Amino acid sequence: MSFKKLALGIGAAGMLASGLFAASTPAQAEDTIYVPLLTYRTGAFAGSGVPIANGLHDYLAMLNERDGGVGGARLIIEECETGYNAQKGVECYESTKGNGAIVYNPFSTGITLQLIPKAPVDEIPILSMGYGLSATAVGETFPWTFNAPATYWSQMSAIITHINEQGDGIAGQKIGFIYLDVGYGREPIDLLDALAADMGFEVVKVPVAVAEMQSQSSHWLQVRRENPDWMIMWGWGAMNPTAIKEAINIDYPMDRFIGVWWSGGDSDLRPAGDDAIGYLSANFHATGTDFPAIQDILTHVVDAGLSQASRESVGENYYNRGLMNSVLIAEGIRTAQELTGKVAITGADMRMGLENMNLSEERLAEIGLAGFTNPITVTCEDHAGAHPIYLQQWNGAGWEAASDWITPMRDRVRPLLEAAAEAYVADKPDWETQSCN
Amino acid sequence: MVLWILLVLAAGAAVYYGIRFEGSLKQRDRHAMIALSAITVVILGVQLYRAELLGEIFIEPFAFMGEAPDLFVQVLWQGFVDGTLYALIALGFVLIFKASGVFNFAQGIMVVFGALSLVGLHAAGVPAWGALVLALVIMGVLAVGVERIVLRPLVNQEPIILFMATIGLWYFLIGFGELIFGGEPKVMITEQLGLPTGRWRFDILGGRVNVNQLDVAAAAIAVLLVTGLGIFFNKTRIGRALRAVADDHQAAMSVGISLNQIWRIVWFAAGIVALATGIMWGAKSDVSFALAIVALKALPVLILGGFTSIPGAIVGGLIIGIGEKMAEFYWGPLVGGSIESWFPYFLALIFLLFRPQGLFGDKIIDRI
Amino acid sequence: MFYREAGQFKTTYRADQAVFPIRQDLIGIVILMAFLVVVVPLTFNDFWISSVMIPTLIFALAAIGLNILTGFAGQLSLGTGGFMGVGAFACYKLTTIFPEVNIIVHIALSGLFAAGVGFVFGLPSLRVKGFYLAVATLASQFFLEWSFGRIPWLYNYNASGAIEVPNKYLFGIPIAGPTASAEARYLVVLAFVVVLTFVASNLVRGRFGRAWMAVRDMDIAAELIGIRLLPTKLMAFTISSYFAGVAGALMVFMWLGAAEVASFDINVSFQILFMVIIGGLGSIMGAFLGAAFIWNLPILLRGVPKFFGLDINAATVEHIQFMVVGGMIIFFLIVEPSGFARLWQITKEKLRRWPFPY
Repeated sequence: MSFKKLALGIGAAGMLASGLFAASTPAQAEDTIYVPLLTYRTGAFAGSGVPIANGLHDYLAMLNERDGGVGGARLIIEECETGYNAQKGVECYESTKGNGAIVYNPFSTGITLQLIPKAPVDEIPILSMGYGLSATAVGETFPWTFNAPATYWSQMSAIITHINEQGDGIAGQKIGFIYLDVGYGREPIDLLDALAADMGFEVVKVPVAVAEMQSQSSHWLQVRRENPDWMIMWGWGAMNPTAIKEAINIDYPMDRFIGVWWSGGDSDLRPAGDDAIGYLSANFHATGTDFPAIQDILTHVVDAGLSQASRESVGENYYNRGLMNSVLIAEGIRTAQELTGKVAITGADMRMGLENMNLSEERLAEIGLAGFTNPITVTCEDHAGAHPIYLQQWNGAGWEAASDWITPMRDRVRPLLEAAAEAYVADKPDWETQSCN
Repeated sequence: MVLWILLVLAAGAAVYYGIRFEGSLKQRDRHAMIALSAITVVILGVQLYRAELLGEIFIEPFAFMGEAPDLFVQVLWQGFVDGTLYALIALGFVLIFKASGVFNFAQGIMVVFGALSLVGLHAAGVPAWGALVLALVIMGVLAVGVERIVLRPLVNQEPIILFMATIGLWYFLIGFGELIFGGEPKVMITEQLGLPTGRWRFDILGGRVNVNQLDVAAAAIAVLLVTGLGIFFNKTRIGRALRAVADDHQAAMSVGISLNQIWRIVWFAAGIVALATGIMWGAKSDVSFALAIVALKALPVLILGGFTSIPGAIVGGLIIGIGEKMAEFYWGPLVGGSIESWFPYFLALIFLLFRPQGLFGDKIIDRI
Repeated sequence: MFYREAGQFKTTYRADQAVFPIRQDLIGIVILMAFLVVVVPLTFNDFWISSVMIPTLIFALAAIGLNILTGFAGQLSLGTGGFMGVGAFACYKLTTIFPEVNIIVHIALSGLFAAGVGFVFGLPSLRVKGFYLAVATLASQFFLEWSFGRIPWLYNYNASGAIEVPNKYLFGIPIAGPTASAEARYLVVLAFVVVLTFVASNLVRGRFGRAWMAVRDMDIAAELIGIRLLPTKLMAFTISSYFAGVAGALMVFMWLGAAEVASFDINVSFQILFMVIIGGLGSIMGAFLGAAFIWNLPILLRGVPKFFGLDINAATVEHIQFMVVGGMIIFFLIVEPSGFARLWQITKEKLRRWPFPY
């Protein structure tokens, strides 16, 4: 390469950079709302990330196509690829927050942990739907973070409740807990230990490092050696299909194997196929496409070629999970618009909207999702709400409900959450809290 | 616990240097080192004894092996299965390193890329065996492309530069593969390829041993590949040319062997090995780029076996595979589990301290 | 025309051995520093400071560390991420054990812990060389990653195993934690990087640097001329790890604000190795150029479709970005295997003769 060409190249790159510099702060028009979506369609966790990203995007796109947005404000949807990587997630956050972002949904407990302290400073709420730091359910301590419909701790307590209701109860039994060895997987351990002491069962923990996700034979031999009565899994991405296959290899009974709601993707179960029949996974919404809103997505978005999802993948568990998240975003926006009377709301307005959200049965029917989920209400004190969850069972091709709605042990969990919230702010003297009276 | 392990390692290393390197250390330093490490070992032993861990470390695991022989056999078998796959990945490395001196970091990605092409083509409507042939063609094109675009312009560069270039290739193939076939993981077309999916259950040794037929097939294919490569290297003209290149580039060129052609052939051979590995590992879980992380395990295998030895890759793979499963299963729970992620590297490192060129590698002779 | 050293006569050895012997270089560096210290905080927006400038500087520091080890002492290492993690966790523990001591002191001290760990993991380097050593350093990487997750004491028994940064002040101004402004954090990082770069550039010019380079070029020959291999190599590991440790502490405290084990995984080690090699092995300047290139190329690429008004979805951009980064690495290795540092040198040569080349 000649020196001149190099100089030209550097010059061009410089111009491009300065152009970006100018373009990174566009003026926001009056009637639009900017919704950045932190998604991941690449990397080791893409298997779980792709359907969620599709569901997230498609519901909001459908609102744009069908209704022209929410309450007259068109949604500007921008995906930013995080690859489930905390550094990239923070970079996505920094690069999009200046465009008037109203809410973030990181879909990674690791990224959520990084964003929690930033939220009050930038005044943009975080909606970590059913993941993230369990303690952020305490609204007084974490005004800017929401994890409706339930925390990991609520979920764990519901799973334990379910096990307790089977046969002779949980006392004296051995519960195996296999988890992805990152912040996400370790999150429910405190509660599990507390419950074990209370209810008199034994816990065997089997951590799986990220590097070992696809090579779990020794972990499952460990399980075979301990021979627990029930297995609970907190897995994600490539860990899930491998774990299910290895469980089959050691002849572990599938109907005693319960996954967190992030271990229940259709793509997680498909490699094992019929061998995995009976596997249980927690959930808080329905699967399938028998809802008017999802039919609208099929006509307005998928058939119009505006989606990256194939027609068959609509209605899969994780697709509907992403959709559910977008429903919460849209309802939060609508509530905020009603409360403030504004069309183009800000992050602070959105926080108010999320905090006063009431997704009642009537409201669900109105938006074409009757019976899609249990009604969800968020209050100032409780940003998660400990809503009931249910277990679904794999039938070889899809999911079927396998239990009634199980109510988490709110009385048991809430004090622990409050203690954890207190511990979180203990070394942060100037942490901003709110009073809920 | 972990601090103790660190202490043990430090002590071990100190003892070793003290004894082995009389030449490069002053006598005084050497004595100090030996004394220091002896003190560490004594403290450590006392600590372990007081914590009553000596039994847990040195007696109970072995007792358990005897108590549950079925589990012991099962652990050995799982180690053997994973070891075969590590060995296959390492084999790809060795082929390329032998012939071109390139430390091909992208081998793990080639494994995924091969499997991904196969599954992607099948998803696009190509019948399974046609997809297999086309995937082989893709690996061939890749080999030619790599030789033409990457290796030829970089000929005569430092090894580290070539190593970096393969890391560039690594990135490129991830992006390229995901762009064409999508980032979501795919299900390996095991049955369509005629591979067995069933499971044998042996009720022996007072318990049971489960054997996946697929794992048996994987081992068989590995044996076939190694034998095939062995015959190819030893009996054919190209194979002999290849060994000549591995021995001495310049001498090989001077007798009229085309380096470029040889490189294309070894990269293609490595591509075939990668494809076979990809099919096997893909069938065990699923086909996605997350597999590339597992492929890093081939590195300790390489250290152990030596960069230039095909039997070394096989033996190294089995030692690492069985070693890590045994360690994880019998000793892992003592320190919180998941030691598999680093144990193979330490195992390799310990071997390395005694044989820096690996078990079967060529002896390194330094000259001035 | 402007970059000409003719007429600058050195009358003392001192002047001849100055860090910047050419007057124009000195003027240039003063202008650059003025730009970095005054213009950047005043005119750049939050995104540019906290997602471009701060990470570039921090990675440059880590790259200098690795460059000391790999570029100057010739010991290939894939464990930088782990050593950065040691620095970060050490700094976190220090801030919780001694909360009253200033964070600046903590960051500077945290490097020492990383240096200690680097010393231990440097021990095999006497026996093991080249790629074998590179794989051996992977042992340290994976072992450290594992211990960060397995020793709850390190993250104060936090339920999710993450460390978070509380607010920290310097002269009453918040410089770390969520309320710290991007500008304040940037200036602290800049100060650390400038001081440590100065230290590094003098180290490699001095006795240590010469010993390292001798070992790199041929260790047996170096031994014959009286360089003791073990202390020299261990010194390189120790100092290199100190830099990595400080960079890790800065990364968590001045940039990310929170971290978990995954922030220091093997990919970080690779990223920094890229920076060193693309920037130029054995060049301090190269570490900065490499860090700027590797960190900012994806950001730039992500902005390209937007700049031209194209609507390409984020995942496709990411895939293309992978391909381009991979392609660029190969391209630069083919064009200039000695890295950007060499291109920079060529530029200087050309500038000297400009506008009358011969």
